[in-house]
Amino acid sequence: MIVLEVAVFLLVAAGGTAVVLTRDPLDQAIVASFYGLVLGIMFLVFQAPDVALSQITVGAVALPLMIVLALAKVRALAGSREDDRE
Amino acid sequence: MTPALRRRVFLVAGAVAGGLLLWGLTGLPDYGVYPGPYGDVLNAVAVDERKATNVVAAVTFDYRGVDTMGEEYILFAAVIGVAIVLRAQRGETEQEPDEDAADRRAPGTSNAVRVLGLALLGPVVLFGIYMVAHGHLSPGGGFQGGVVLATGALLVYLSGEYVTLRRVRPVALIDLAEGSGAAGYVAVGLLGLAAGAAFLENVLPLGQPGALLSSGMIPLINLAVGLEVAAGFVLLLSEFLEQTLVVRRPGEVT
Repeated sequence: MIVLEVAVFLLVAAGGTAVVLTRDPLDQAIVASFYGLVLGIMFLVFQAPDVALSQITVGAVALPLMIVLALAKVRALAGSREDDRE
Repeated sequence: MTPALRRRVFLVAGAVAGGLLLWGLTGLPDYGVYPGPYGDVLNAVAVDERKATNVVAAVTFDYRGVDTMGEEYILFAAVIGVAIVLRAQRGETEQEPDEDAADRRAPGTSNAVRVLGLALLGPVVLFGIYMVAHGHLSPGGGFQGGVVLATGALLVYLSGEYVTLRRVRPVALIDLAEGSGAAGYVAVGLLGLAAGAAFLENVLPLGQPGALLSSGMIPLINLAVGLEVAAGFVLLLSEFLEQTLVVRRPGEVT
């Protein structure tokens, strides 16, 4: 059991670092989604299945989705500004 | 501020913050040692008092039900806020999403995504309903189940087209579901008042632990929350999609 706990801690540390090191926002949303899933697994390993479910639904699904959709809108807007300048 | 100075300031601040964090960590109780009385008390009495095998649900929807009502209204207010901020504004026009245009140049959805999305749709919706209905028995409940249900709408969008999602998401019905979900929580609470007890105090028969119809008002509240959360997230999703795909400022490209 202790091996599993150490492994999941290392995964969380690696995932958090990966989110910080990813510079492109779109890539970052996907990496953050994976990090949310890993966090959910950590909660499950530490016997908090209720929190794990909340974490997966919010951290791995809802949050990255909102970021991706917002990015799409921002990029469309940025495209229109460049057109204005031309 | 030069980069060297900035790095020095960061190192000092990082060392102080790291030291405080380590100091705090050494003061934590040992792993598996629970110092507070409430968890132990609740573990001992919750199943007996509320007949809910998921003690977490007994706490969130019964012992501290008013707090959870506040949480539900936080989400409700957030969804309304997003809907207001993302409304079509002056000077913006709505157009058919390019995605559905005949001369669409963007690569289409791959068949793998379509098939997987459609195959997952049924199980995901069923799992969401299961989670909402069994919140008092096993991990899950209205909040988690509601989000899972809403991802069904996302799967429809991913495996179909935006117009398909528009067809399966009658806005009036979604608004109604969200409103009645939010109001349902209060209505269940008022049941207690109507029966001469306190607000949100259980007045329904408790049943046997482990049965689907047990734990008094907890399943009812879960149902209301599930409805509110599912409708709220579908509304959020479609507001964002609408803003991204349909609403255009003059000259905006896609």
